[in-house]
Amino acid sequence: MKKFINDPADVVAEALAGIAAAHPGELRVHTTEQYIARADAPRPGKVALVSGGGSGHEPLHGGFVGAGMLDAACPGEVFTSPVPDQILAATKAVDGGAGVVHVVKNYTGDVMNFQLAAELAADEGITVESVLVDDDIAVEDSTWTAGRRGTGATLLVEKIAGARAEEGGKLGEVAAIGREVNTASASFAYALTAGTTPAAGRPGFDLPADEIEVGVGIHGEPGRRREKLRPAKELVRSALDAILEAKPVDRGDRVILLVNGLGGTPLLELYLVYGEVAKVLEERGITIARRLVGNYVTSLDMAGLSLTVTRVTDEMLRLWDAPVRTPGLRWGA
Amino acid sequence: MDVALALAWLRASAGAVAAESDRLTRLDSAIGDGDHGVNLNRGFAAVVAALDGTPPDAVGAVFVKAGTTLISKVGGASGPLYGSALRALGKALPPGTEVELPALAGGLNAGLEAVRKLGGAEPGDKTIVDAYRPALDAFEEAVSGGADLAEAAAAAARAADEGARATTAMQARKGRASYLGERSVGHQDPGATSTALIFQALADVTG
Repeated sequence: MKKFINDPADVVAEALAGIAAAHPGELRVHTTEQYIARADAPRPGKVALVSGGGSGHEPLHGGFVGAGMLDAACPGEVFTSPVPDQILAATKAVDGGAGVVHVVKNYTGDVMNFQLAAELAADEGITVESVLVDDDIAVEDSTWTAGRRGTGATLLVEKIAGARAEEGGKLGEVAAIGREVNTASASFAYALTAGTTPAAGRPGFDLPADEIEVGVGIHGEPGRRREKLRPAKELVRSALDAILEAKPVDRGDRVILLVNGLGGTPLLELYLVYGEVAKVLEERGITIARRLVGNYVTSLDMAGLSLTVTRVTDEMLRLWDAPVRTPGLRWGA
Repeated sequence: MDVALALAWLRASAGAVAAESDRLTRLDSAIGDGDHGVNLNRGFAAVVAALDGTPPDAVGAVFVKAGTTLISKVGGASGPLYGSALRALGKALPPGTEVELPALAGGLNAGLEAVRKLGGAEPGDKTIVDAYRPALDAFEEAVSGGADLAEAAAAAARAADEGARATTAMQARKGRASYLGERSVGHQDPGATSTALIFQALADVTG
């Protein structure tokens, strides 16, 4: 393992200290309870958004704290959900009296810890609504699995629901638009290499040079199956076939498209893939109304990418375009 | 079981988790994200520190404190599951510095119920339950047959180990391993494995 770290045990705490130092005046970082909050939180009367999950997905979630998006984020250990104490502390710190929306990715640990934290918050008189993100259509949503994973759509849920909260939306409205975005989203990912967690010190799985993992999540776990590497245009077609079958997008529909790197894929390749996706969607009469290309929901240094397609309404587009000022996403402000 | 024995069990569990941390992490790397050993070790180290700091004066309180510490230190799924199990065990015990065997069996049963309620897992899902359920059955059977704590704990440890080994052939239906589908077959479940370690620790300190 070659990484720019001091001690594997200190990676998360030291990265938190670094993000605080890099964004003076915008973020407040609490090192004992490990959460990142907007410097101006709590804002009286504003619905607050709190998210979190394992570290190693940067800029998710800490990088999306700021005006127009999250009020606080709780980074757990690498690929490990935060603990209830952390989530409760963040929830209390940013509650402006209008309630708090928890954006939770559908992983067993995240769901359990956020649920425990929501119960503790309720005991203290804070109303919490949870929005579960489960956009990864590589996983079958059946009673025989833990359900679909939350991946790239988390960014869209946080941006659009965050904008709704920023403009004064009520708790139920903010949660509702978040759920609507999740329902309208589908994601699919490929990995070329495994990522390496600092604590384990070695790649999460071995992969022959000519093979890829198909349908990976964002925690270094292997995917649904292994295939031979094929040209990008073929991989893009396969992924889009799966996405558009799972969440029908019709001719004439508009989408937000996220071409997301998993941490170890250069923009050269991500833009190449964007071009291929654009061709396929154009053939099908689907309009890419807005797009993002870059590393947003990552899996440490995994070489790979995910595609997220969200079929949008006018309201979602309006909220997507609203100003946002965070370390990882910034426009119009 | 008295307070000293409860503390000894948790310290022995911490020792076993520390010693087997790398093995647990390797098992988790195969079907999860490779942090089970690291996380559980961090949690149990914190449990030992918390109990050393202010040792509770009742058996139940020992387990409640240990469980609360695990919930606040581990994260992931194993923190809430093990933490809730220990809290439920502690809360189900009668007050006092010593508890009888049937009460301990009842407490262990409450711990399993807490795991099942939170995780929703059934036997055969390739989880903690697949080691815990047979261990509890063996423990209760030994107790109703007149066994003492050492004998019951030894029976539970054997059953937990067999249960953990049996998860190798199962396809995961809960937790992150469930995303692998058929590819989870052939790997022993890390949660069932750590559960077996904890029951073995009880056998070690009572035997």
